[in-house]
Amino acid sequence: MNKVLAKKQLGPEVFQLEIEAPRIQKRWKAGQFVIIRPNSNSERIPLTLVQSDADRESITIVIQAIGNTTKETVEKEPGDFLVDVVGPLGEAASMCEGQRVVCMAGGVGVAEVLPVASAFREAGNHVTALCGARSDGLRILDAELKTSVDDLRWATDDGSFGFHGNVLQLLQSFAQPGDFGVGHVIGPIPMMKAVANATRDWGMKMYASLNPVMIDGTGMCGGCRVTVGDKVKFACVDGPEFDAHLVDFDELARRNRAYREMEQRVLADHVCRIGLGGA
Amino acid sequence: MDAKALPYKPNPKLPRQVLPVLQPEVRAKSADEVALGFAEREVSVEAQRCLQCPKPACVNACPLHIDIKRFISRLAQGDPEGAVDVISEQSPFPGVCGRVCQHELFCEDACLIGKKFGPVAIGSLERFAADHARLAKKTLTPGAFPAPTGKKVALVGSGPASLIAAFDLVRKNYRVTVFEALHKLGGVLAYGIPNFRLPREILHEEIARLQNMGVEFVTSFIVGKTASLEELFEEGFEAVFIGTGAGLPFMLGIPGENLIGVYTANEFLTRINLMEAYKADAVTPVRVGKRTIVVGGGNSAMDAARWAKRMGSETIVLFRRGRAEMRARLEEIEHAEEEGIQFHFLAAPVALYGDESGTVREIECIEMRLGEVDSSGRPSPVPIPGSEFRLEVDTVVAAIGQAPNPTLQRVTPQLITKRGKIVVNEAGETSMALVYAGGDVVRGGSTVILAMRDGRAAAEAIDKALSGGPAAAAELPAEVQG
Repeated sequence: MNKVLAKKQLGPEVFQLEIEAPRIQKRWKAGQFVIIRPNSNSERIPLTLVQSDADRESITIVIQAIGNTTKETVEKEPGDFLVDVVGPLGEAASMCEGQRVVCMAGGVGVAEVLPVASAFREAGNHVTALCGARSDGLRILDAELKTSVDDLRWATDDGSFGFHGNVLQLLQSFAQPGDFGVGHVIGPIPMMKAVANATRDWGMKMYASLNPVMIDGTGMCGGCRVTVGDKVKFACVDGPEFDAHLVDFDELARRNRAYREMEQRVLADHVCRIGLGGA
Repeated sequence: MDAKALPYKPNPKLPRQVLPVLQPEVRAKSADEVALGFAEREVSVEAQRCLQCPKPACVNACPLHIDIKRFISRLAQGDPEGAVDVISEQSPFPGVCGRVCQHELFCEDACLIGKKFGPVAIGSLERFAADHARLAKKTLTPGAFPAPTGKKVALVGSGPASLIAAFDLVRKNYRVTVFEALHKLGGVLAYGIPNFRLPREILHEEIARLQNMGVEFVTSFIVGKTASLEELFEEGFEAVFIGTGAGLPFMLGIPGENLIGVYTANEFLTRINLMEAYKADAVTPVRVGKRTIVVGGGNSAMDAARWAKRMGSETIVLFRRGRAEMRARLEEIEHAEEEGIQFHFLAAPVALYGDESGTVREIECIEMRLGEVDSSGRPSPVPIPGSEFRLEVDTVVAAIGQAPNPTLQRVTPQLITKRGKIVVNEAGETSMALVYAGGDVVRGGSTVILAMRDGRAAAEAIDKALSGGPAAAAELPAEVQG
């Protein structure tokens, strides 16, 4: 049981939750995640760690309320409890020093890239952050990012703030191969795929932080497996970060769609899925 | 007790009682427990079959050394509560073990009357005693236990190895904390073994016995992630037992294994057992299509196949050797056969094919013949060139074994491992002082009861180390030293 200490709405369906979690706060590193269950009958969902506060012994996660469980989570108010918060899971983000680093993020990934960008900077890199939103009003964590990176640039789909276009177009609008030694991308799969493809010949290392379907998060079930190069990896224990240029994003996108239809159907009708019913 | 002094006359010639089970056509559509258990009449006959040998081989063969002879004598005298008391001297889990222990390999295999008349149905008797006590709401705590006050011991993982270690240690006044990574207790008993073999309320109640005795359980806590081994020692734990199990599934290693609808047995069973995907209102789904093919011949393969069948799928078990070479319990194989699960022996998958959405649609297999005996002691499967064939399929479950879960080992390089398994000596001591290990994290894929035996051995070693003088440095087998 972990107490919700604070809640803040960042956008129409995006919420920031500060949760009491002393042990995770002490041990987590940028790029790691937790698995939570808001209620005792909830499924387990992975969420990237965004911030922590040593004095308040808390961690912060940012949630886009699009599914059943994420909606249940953001309904929690300060003082309420999440039934389970387990972590920190996965490996920390790969770091380097003395490099020019570009961090690219879209949607709720903007929150998730914040700790990674900060860590790159603390490690002694020059960090550029390219963040995307649909429009000006949907930009999140602008102030936090500004103080955490050397160069923050926004791209909006409608051009209402910053660059008119997506983050890849933004990158291509000013950067050349060789400008950055290392990159980190997190966000929707098509965006990560496009960034990987566009930077493949840039002579840079590009890491992608992946978000596959997961259950236990400890390498036990294999549900989160992804193809990286010619190898099958488990995102929960081998990742969630991999070499973006080697990830099979098409397969990841397909696997992430595996339950979409069923989830909607489960919500829509409550017909027992086992022969005699009576579950 | 001398058999002559018994108030009844043992009679091994009485017919071995058959465990009543749900009708196959009923259970193939139900999550209810398959085995119904003996009624009192059957128990009284079966218990009288026990010879009450002066030197009972069954007790010695039982990895937990339960006093089988004595508990059966109680049953024969119509005292099931007394029987439970006897079992509880050694094990607080008669309901679990009465169901999932492989009695046929241990106590029943050693039963003296076995060869001539068929062994006493010890497992079913154990189960009856447990169920009787449960239904009679008997308090299952043997004796009154004050809150423990001794040294602190951490047990990592809440599966069978840790559970028995917790029982042994708390009885010796140790303050025991069990750390579980998942949100429910029981380890493989919770995520791996289906309800229809082990109803969850029985597991929960037997774990609750330990809680009543003062064992503390912490869920959603991953030792190696949430806290390191070193931190546990810093926080006052004086010994740690690692019973983290074999949670790293082997993959098929064939093209198409990442198609939608292809599962490891671990994922398939976890979705259904732990997350209750079989229930109408479950929020964690599982894809069970018109036809399911389960690859493998062990207990997990049987469990997965029997769930798939229950969820309405035509189910085929594909095994690369023959029926005689299957590792699953005979009882589970027979139950699966009765439930209408088909078996395709001497065949292995070579590729999986999907549609444009990335969903598995077809499996290509190759026929095998049996060749020379291999390192597993079984004839090795040899592919027959040109014998490839294809089957349509919607769900594929790979139940081909697993390696120890590496989470803790990865962040604890001082822990010596061999092919992923933690190396221990006979007492369960690892390469780290006051760190012990047992069960599948040491054995690879093994059984519940052998994990319990390991947990018991480690508990004894922990008690020795903590109750005596300074702990001796662990001595590991010579082959891994240096």
